[in-house]
Amino acid sequence: MNIEQQYIDLFEEQYDALCHNSTELMNAPRKEAMAHFEKQGIPKKGVERYRYTRLDDVLKVDYGVNMQCLLPKFNPYKEFECDAKGLGTDLHFLVNGVYYDKKPSDAEGVYVGSLKKFAAEHPERLRPYYNRLAAAQKDSMAEFNTAFVQDGLLLFVPRNTKVEDTIQLINILHSNVDMIIFRRILVVIEQGAEAKLLLCDHVTQQQRYFSSQVIEVFVGENAHLDIYDLEETHNLTARVNHVYVEQEGNSNVVINGTTLHNGLTRNDIYVDMIGQGANVELSGMAIADKEQHVDNHTFVRHKVPNCTSHELFKYVLDDVAVGAYSGRVLVERDAQKSYSEQSSKNLCLNSKAHMYTQPQLEIYADDVKCSHGATVGQLDEDALFYMMQRGIPKTEARMLLMFAFVSDVIDQIRIPSLQERLHHLTEQRFRGELDQCAGCALCQK
Amino acid sequence: MLVIKDLHASINGKEILKGINLNVKPGEVHAIMGPNGAGKSTMSNVLVGHPKYVVTKGSVTFNGKNLLDMAPEVRSHEGLFLSFQYPVEIPGVSMVNFMRSAINEQRKYHNLEPLAAGKFLKLMREKRAFVEMDSKLSNRAVNEGFSGGEKKRNEIFQMAMLEPTLAILDETDSGLDIDALRIVADGVNKLKAPDRSAIVITHYQRLLDYIKPDIIHVLYDGRIVKTAGPELALELEEKGYDWIKEELGE
Repeated sequence: MNIEQQYIDLFEEQYDALCHNSTELMNAPRKEAMAHFEKQGIPKKGVERYRYTRLDDVLKVDYGVNMQCLLPKFNPYKEFECDAKGLGTDLHFLVNGVYYDKKPSDAEGVYVGSLKKFAAEHPERLRPYYNRLAAAQKDSMAEFNTAFVQDGLLLFVPRNTKVEDTIQLINILHSNVDMIIFRRILVVIEQGAEAKLLLCDHVTQQQRYFSSQVIEVFVGENAHLDIYDLEETHNLTARVNHVYVEQEGNSNVVINGTTLHNGLTRNDIYVDMIGQGANVELSGMAIADKEQHVDNHTFVRHKVPNCTSHELFKYVLDDVAVGAYSGRVLVERDAQKSYSEQSSKNLCLNSKAHMYTQPQLEIYADDVKCSHGATVGQLDEDALFYMMQRGIPKTEARMLLMFAFVSDVIDQIRIPSLQERLHHLTEQRFRGELDQCAGCALCQK
Repeated sequence: MLVIKDLHASINGKEILKGINLNVKPGEVHAIMGPNGAGKSTMSNVLVGHPKYVVTKGSVTFNGKNLLDMAPEVRSHEGLFLSFQYPVEIPGVSMVNFMRSAINEQRKYHNLEPLAAGKFLKLMREKRAFVEMDSKLSNRAVNEGFSGGEKKRNEIFQMAMLEPTLAILDETDSGLDIDALRIVADGVNKLKAPDRSAIVITHYQRLLDYIKPDIIHVLYDGRIVKTAGPELALELEEKGYDWIKEELGE
């Protein structure tokens, strides 16, 4: 039996349970999404967009599904201290894709909490948003998510409201058996509103996990949104993450992703700029060794004039790690005065690590400024020797160079405490001291 | 302090040093002159342990220890410093972090505690004044975007920070204007002490007007072919190297 068939059968057998533990708004598109998934299947060899990342191997595993939306016995707010406290964030948890209840925020009209719960109470408010961007792309892996997802996080910020505290969502994967997890994040930032969202992925036990995440983001006119995404999982985790962004006029979006520890990661970021003057800044850093695999795929569409997009991705690969970046920028015919830049810079620390990088520009307008560039290289031997002559041992000198290499990606972060934290974590990672996240009671159990 | 005996070294299989003998005593300043391609830079690179050069024969002892057995960073900790002919730019690594690592690694080697942040910055300020280096430069990445003169000044600044017992200055005068030359030379002279020595590699008499050598050697075709007092530099400036080649019968 092929892999798809297992999930098709599971879907049919468990459809009632799936729907019963979710809500109408999320149930409505399931069947259609499943039909698309059935038609297209898991991306196979020859599918250009998934050229560097094969998912069949990681989906072959016989995963359990948290169909009943069970929550763990522990209370993450008590057990999971991690580094969250120092960051002073408004903390939320999804455990195995299910929102762990928290007293709703007091701020007027702002909603941060369970997507399922809000969708059940006010389906009409989310109907214009839920699954609109994801369905339009017809990516089979996003459809797979739509078919099975039951809960997630909703961040809704009404018109002209500024949310001061960074909202932090910690995704915990916690299971005694191999497990597949689906979660959905919906972000609506209305006209003139502002928010910052920090997403952290953690795993607890030495199980195999497949983590499917779809994020849909709607940013209104003059609105600002920062999304910081930090993955610190383990070598047995596969993560497929789709981010769909729609930006209206003069909106400003920052998406900065960091892969510090992972197994296989595929991030797909789609940005549609539909209003003039929109600006998006995409950046990403990956540090991978052993057999880790990181693939960032971006697609930015300049649909109207005067929009700007910036992309900066940096990878440091060691051992037999594989990195991939493919960034496509499409400037449509009417999108005059577009400005776009893409940069992909990579370090392969030895000859067995592989990096595939593919910046692409597709321009149909004639008055634009677009640039792209990619490099793959090694550490500068002359710089290493220079530092050694000054008394810095080679391992330390390498550390300084690698750290310097990625620091401009970290500097894209606009939350100083998070920036500092990431500098620290990166240093620990390079020093090999980061096999588990520090300070977390769960990891130590 | 430094005793080099019959040192042979090659790069990519090509022999460059063909039997160097040199003895540097504490407090002495030696100048090494010689035509292009004689092996001057090779000699300094071999002494600091550059991995591209292979020592094929001979020995080097530094304060009684076998220098050739030491890793480059250990040579540095033991008090050897090279002012590079072409200082490397290291984008992203700030001067402050770079120097802090260097100083603290040195201290660690000598079983000293790392320098407290305040003390370290004070030291940076002091030594910067030494070479009249702008504070802006020390806030930037190592040598990144520095002019030729600034790079050389930065070398002397690092030397002042690390206080080596033997400093090798490899064409520190090249690319410097007269004012910068004076500042760099002053910096070197201020570091002079009875227990500190220097090897100054240069093409020109000019630098030796500022840094007075005790002994001058001429390096030619991988060997030291002439050793004399400071007057030799003047003679070379006047007559070039041809007469030495003639003396050697070439």
